[in-house]
Amino acid sequence: MADATNDAPDDHLDDDVDDIDLSSLDDDDLVEQMHDDLYDGLADEIAEATQLLLDRGWDPQDVLSKALVEGMRIVGIDFRDGILFVPEVLLSANAMKAGMKLLRPLLAETGAEQIGKVVIGTVKGDIHDIGKNLVGMMLEGAGFEVIDIGINNDADAYLAALEEHRPDILGMSALLTTTMPYMKVVIEELGKRGLRDDYIVLVGGAPLNEEFGSAVGADAYCRDAAVAAETAEALVLARRAAA
Amino acid sequence: MTETVISSPTREVVIGHDRAFTVIGERINPTGRKVLAAEMQAGDFSRVEADAVAQVEAGAHMLDVNAGIPLADEPAILAQTVKLVQSLVDVPLSIDSSIVAALEAGLAVYEGKALVNSVTGEEERLEQVLPLVAKHGAAVIAITNDETGISEDPDVRFEVARTIVNRAADHGIPAADVVVDPLVMPIGAMRGAGRQVFTLVRRLRDELGVNTTCGASNVSFGLPNRPGINAAFLAMAISNGLSSAITNPIEGEIRSAVMAADVLAGNDPDCAAWIASHRDPGGTQGAARGRRGGRRGRRGGSRDDG
Repeated sequence: MADATNDAPDDHLDDDVDDIDLSSLDDDDLVEQMHDDLYDGLADEIAEATQLLLDRGWDPQDVLSKALVEGMRIVGIDFRDGILFVPEVLLSANAMKAGMKLLRPLLAETGAEQIGKVVIGTVKGDIHDIGKNLVGMMLEGAGFEVIDIGINNDADAYLAALEEHRPDILGMSALLTTTMPYMKVVIEELGKRGLRDDYIVLVGGAPLNEEFGSAVGADAYCRDAAVAAETAEALVLARRAAA
Repeated sequence: MTETVISSPTREVVIGHDRAFTVIGERINPTGRKVLAAEMQAGDFSRVEADAVAQVEAGAHMLDVNAGIPLADEPAILAQTVKLVQSLVDVPLSIDSSIVAALEAGLAVYEGKALVNSVTGEEERLEQVLPLVAKHGAAVIAITNDETGISEDPDVRFEVARTIVNRAADHGIPAADVVVDPLVMPIGAMRGAGRQVFTLVRRLRDELGVNTTCGASNVSFGLPNRPGINAAFLAMAISNGLSSAITNPIEGEIRSAVMAADVLAGNDPDCAAWIASHRDPGGTQGAARGRRGGRRGRRGGSRDDG
């Protein structure tokens, strides 16, 4: 990992990785290597290693939590601390996806419980989505199933998605001072229908702040994608513990 | 070539393709600046005052003024900020809000010809903002998105720009008073974000004949050493025809890149602005002295490229 980040060119990374025969590693070393490969955003290697663990009889849930989620947790910490940057995190998320592609059908089959499910979308009148997409990827990295309903969502669109997917969390994003008040409309609509307490509501976006988050009745305001993933996890676990 | 004139009671700024690049200072904006937001809401404008003066001293030709504070009375605060900034510095302003009532309040107190930031290609925005711009004889920044979002296809964004220019004309606003923002996306999340802008500003200049501006700092979102990326981006965009940008003039690297781009694009006659701000201060008389102390009489009054 240290070598790879110090030596700049990408082709060097590939050479480096080709030298490692993943199948020759024992389970512990392989999981370690997966953490490194997630950090370095190596999708093919993550897919290969995921398959190896499954072939060795690992439970899909363990592959997810011990290899992928743990690796992304490290990525999240270094992103939060300014050691990793957005393009690198996108590569890591992409590598995570390559592993998830193999795991998802198996997880569904075994009915294993995911850490949680999130419906995420940008509010009505707002078409900004880069920050929202980043949050979605970090949440996936943290082991959440993420249903992204895109931009320009009115209350009905949010409610329909909530009803269809029954998530733990509703995430709303806005990048404009004109559109962010709409979050309140959605949360009030949830209240009117007696659904407010069914969901954890997280809000985020450049013009928002903590005060705004509580004023509109959200459970938390998340400053950035790393914080969103941390907050989502903490609140879901707290809710489960309380239940 | 298209010239967009923006003015304060005492100063005129001309945005144009064959002219020095226009730097619009971005700092008076509480978005993402927690302390500034809290202070402005509480009626403390000391930081606004300091930002206004510092940006003009750093070479900003105009200042952008934004009062987008969550849950605050944005129209009132924006009007108050516009008044205050105009009392402190003489550069023209860009009045920045996504709330039409705030734009209206800002324009109502502004003295001169303002740049309204902004209108988009969304039908509702066009119908609300353009009459306001026409009524006040202002110029307007046109952001190239519409109801369907920000297209990744530069051709689509070009067509949104064309639509806005045409709709502005319907309201009696000339194309010269529409400054198009091609929308700068983060290069860290989208590999083609730079190329899109370079292609667009060139087409906007050559085919639509309009001036352009952008929020340049967005390009470096999520990357380390943002000023380094911002500076190179601006130089490249200027070489493709970008004629102004909303950016941070206090950042030395950005200022330097913009000035150098002006020199290289042939828009700094005799490299005068470049030399004036970079003359080796090592001499005993310091930077203020200029070429040869004496003989000013021969040169006095011969230069006027302001």
